[in-house]
Amino acid sequence: MSAAIQETVQPAPVRPSESKRFVERILRVRELALLVVLAVLIVGTELDDHRFLSQQGIKDLLLNAAILVIVATGEATVVITRNVDLSVGSTLGIAAFAAGDYLSGGGNPLVAVLISVLLGAALGLVNGTLVSFGRVPSLVVTLGTLYIIRGVDSIWIGSRSIVASNLPHNFVQVGHGGPFILPYLAIIGVVVLVLVGLFLRSYRSGRELYAIGSSPEAARLAGVATRKRITAAYLFCGALAGLGGALYLARFGNVDSGTGGSYELTVVSAVVVGGVAFTGGSGSVYGAALGAVLLTTINSVLPGLGVNSSWEQAIDGFLLLAAIAVDRLVAVRVANVLRRRNVRHG
Amino acid sequence: MSTPVPGPPVLALRGVGKSFGSVRALQDVSLDLYAGEAHALAGENGAGKSTLIKTLAGVHRPDAGQVLLDGQPVAFAGPGDARDAGVAVIYQEPTLFPDLSVAENIFMGRQPRRPASRLRRIDRRAMHTEAAALFSRLGVTLNPTAPARGLSIADQQMVEIAKALSLNTRVLIMDEPTAALTPGEVNRLFAVATALRKEGAAVLFISHRLEEVFALCQRVTTLRDGRLVASELVADLTPDDLVRRMVGRHLDTLYPKAEAQIGDVALEAERLTREGVFTDVSFQVRRGEIVALAGLIGAGRTEVARAIFGVDRWDAGRVVLGGTDLPAASPTAAMAGGLALVPEDRRAQGLVMDASIERNLGLTRLRTLSHAGLMSRRRERNQAADWALRLRLKYARLSDAVAMLSGGNQQKVVLAKWLATEPKVLIVDEPTRGIDVGTKAEVHRLLSELAGRGLAVLMISSDLPEVLGMADRVLVMHEGRLVAEISRAEATEETVMSAATGQVRV
Repeated sequence: MSAAIQETVQPAPVRPSESKRFVERILRVRELALLVVLAVLIVGTELDDHRFLSQQGIKDLLLNAAILVIVATGEATVVITRNVDLSVGSTLGIAAFAAGDYLSGGGNPLVAVLISVLLGAALGLVNGTLVSFGRVPSLVVTLGTLYIIRGVDSIWIGSRSIVASNLPHNFVQVGHGGPFILPYLAIIGVVVLVLVGLFLRSYRSGRELYAIGSSPEAARLAGVATRKRITAAYLFCGALAGLGGALYLARFGNVDSGTGGSYELTVVSAVVVGGVAFTGGSGSVYGAALGAVLLTTINSVLPGLGVNSSWEQAIDGFLLLAAIAVDRLVAVRVANVLRRRNVRHG
Repeated sequence: MSTPVPGPPVLALRGVGKSFGSVRALQDVSLDLYAGEAHALAGENGAGKSTLIKTLAGVHRPDAGQVLLDGQPVAFAGPGDARDAGVAVIYQEPTLFPDLSVAENIFMGRQPRRPASRLRRIDRRAMHTEAAALFSRLGVTLNPTAPARGLSIADQQMVEIAKALSLNTRVLIMDEPTAALTPGEVNRLFAVATALRKEGAAVLFISHRLEEVFALCQRVTTLRDGRLVASELVADLTPDDLVRRMVGRHLDTLYPKAEAQIGDVALEAERLTREGVFTDVSFQVRRGEIVALAGLIGAGRTEVARAIFGVDRWDAGRVVLGGTDLPAASPTAAMAGGLALVPEDRRAQGLVMDASIERNLGLTRLRTLSHAGLMSRRRERNQAADWALRLRLKYARLSDAVAMLSGGNQQKVVLAKWLATEPKVLIVDEPTRGIDVGTKAEVHRLLSELAGRGLAVLMISSDLPEVLGMADRVLVMHEGRLVAEISRAEATEETVMSAATGQVRV
């Protein structure tokens, strides 16, 4: 046993491609680890309660995760640039109400979704402009807009609320239905995820977001239009939060001035648990989506396992810390390995 | 070396001025870069070379004067504009994206794309092939898919050079590209630069190694204190002429190290090792002595200083301060033992830029300045006024933010802050980098005076004349090892540089 451990600890002879493989392995392990945790969780719950993996059970899980996946995808594009958007919860809430208000007056569902997305994009544009041109830390800016949007929301909505019975039937149907066990919401989520994933991986402007997060100064010197890109990332994140609002309305049908409150914390947790580094430049939207699914799953299995729902938040928090601790340990290890490997000419 | 009659300059500066706050980095500087010609930019540290390069590269916009491209005035809105105009810059300190692959570092923003029928996605395979082709042209074996994080400084520099090569380069600007390279790598770089020049590119080259200037360049422009001294053909000059233009006075008067009584060993490092960073470093510094730690950028000098002071942990060896062993990784113990470290990057590590001069000066002495646990403003101010006088600090009010001072005066504040702790051993890392010649002389006078009063000084410096002028002994590091110890009498530009580049082990 100990001999085997010794074996693996010995530094292997260095070949040029090795460090790449090493780092890739670490990253893959990260997403793999999430999948394993997820699988254990699902199988374990299924063994305990056979209804969990029933058609309805799977459908519920997908429905619950879809909106979080969409908003976390947007958040991840911002976090990759070494920034953060804390206003996504407020944006989701106000966009959901705007769409609901319009639909209650007998509007077209497609236009309603468009209203949500555009409103979200506009709010994102404000965030992005303040962060990139005002040179104010994004944490502070978006904390400010979080409260401002929430405040406007309260003044505008007051004690009114949208109820499902006032919404068009086909709109509500989108929030619940879908072919076989696949809810429309999940389909939308996967489409958004794949498109954004493709953009971030295979397009110049997508790679520039990573470049900015990895080293803002180097990005500037490489001629990357950093302010423009950061503004665009916020705009996009806001638009997805707006889309999330419309889908929230379709799913729950019930929106008031408190909708989306503290949702940003769940979103940021999902992104970080999913391995998107808060220091920017690394991680993927797929990881963020896995984080979102994991958090959702945990929150939906806890009641089934007889765990008091009061524990949910504590467990989310624990997961977040565990994820960050793992990241930190991995980063230190990677740095050490690279440092040792890098002793040139002895 | 024949010099063809040059056509109109590809890129030129006309009467350019640039100020940062109260510091005038460039004043009325003109420069002509011709196609097919290598042009050297000479000048001491702080002469304005970096600012000039950044102006050409579109990073800075000049306050006065013009940048001309093919004879037409241009205003580069940013580095991207300059790049698109064919200006490629290799900066002194590589600016890479650690999280991204080597190939992406080269092609960021210009990645090869698939045709429109394939949605113009990035063609990774083509990108990696092109990067590999660039590396084979440079004769280095770097893996294009490896992340840039963890590359050695020399390899990072090679990535920067490959980046410049990959552009349709009309003007290649190199800011001390050879500082971290081995002689073989330098030769290959020069071969590439010469090939580019013969293809009609203009080259602007900065180096402190005069022999490189004479080997590579046809024309040389000298700056001093942000002003143009001369622009002339290299063939008409001797190295001595060039040094005189750069310095403008004799070296001896610039670096006054007075003879001092050398006393007991104050600081000793014994076989100090931090894996992968530096190995087996042993030396002593005595009271009254100034010991210079010379070497190329990335040789591990700063890292040794950080380990001794306790900022980083060491893996093996020991440090003895005033006869007692220092515990590893404890700056508190180091300070209590009478050690002070003036770091390299004063803006990031030495000062709280937004705080006042007096507050910065008091930071190391919060305990002695306080009364029953509360800070005494009066003591703080008195101490600050005292030090400002002793160091001839130029300031408006002591309550002004440190950020408002010039670089040289900021450095004095950092020095004073640490001198106020009455250290027995002072480690200074690049004490005069980027400060004007006058202040530089004052810093040197101060260090010399302190040594005269029995302080042991370890001075890390990349400024060769400073090393030669100030040090009683010169220690030279190369790639993490101490490779030479040279006495004041034997220390010359040649002995130090050949040890620093790893050619000789003394």
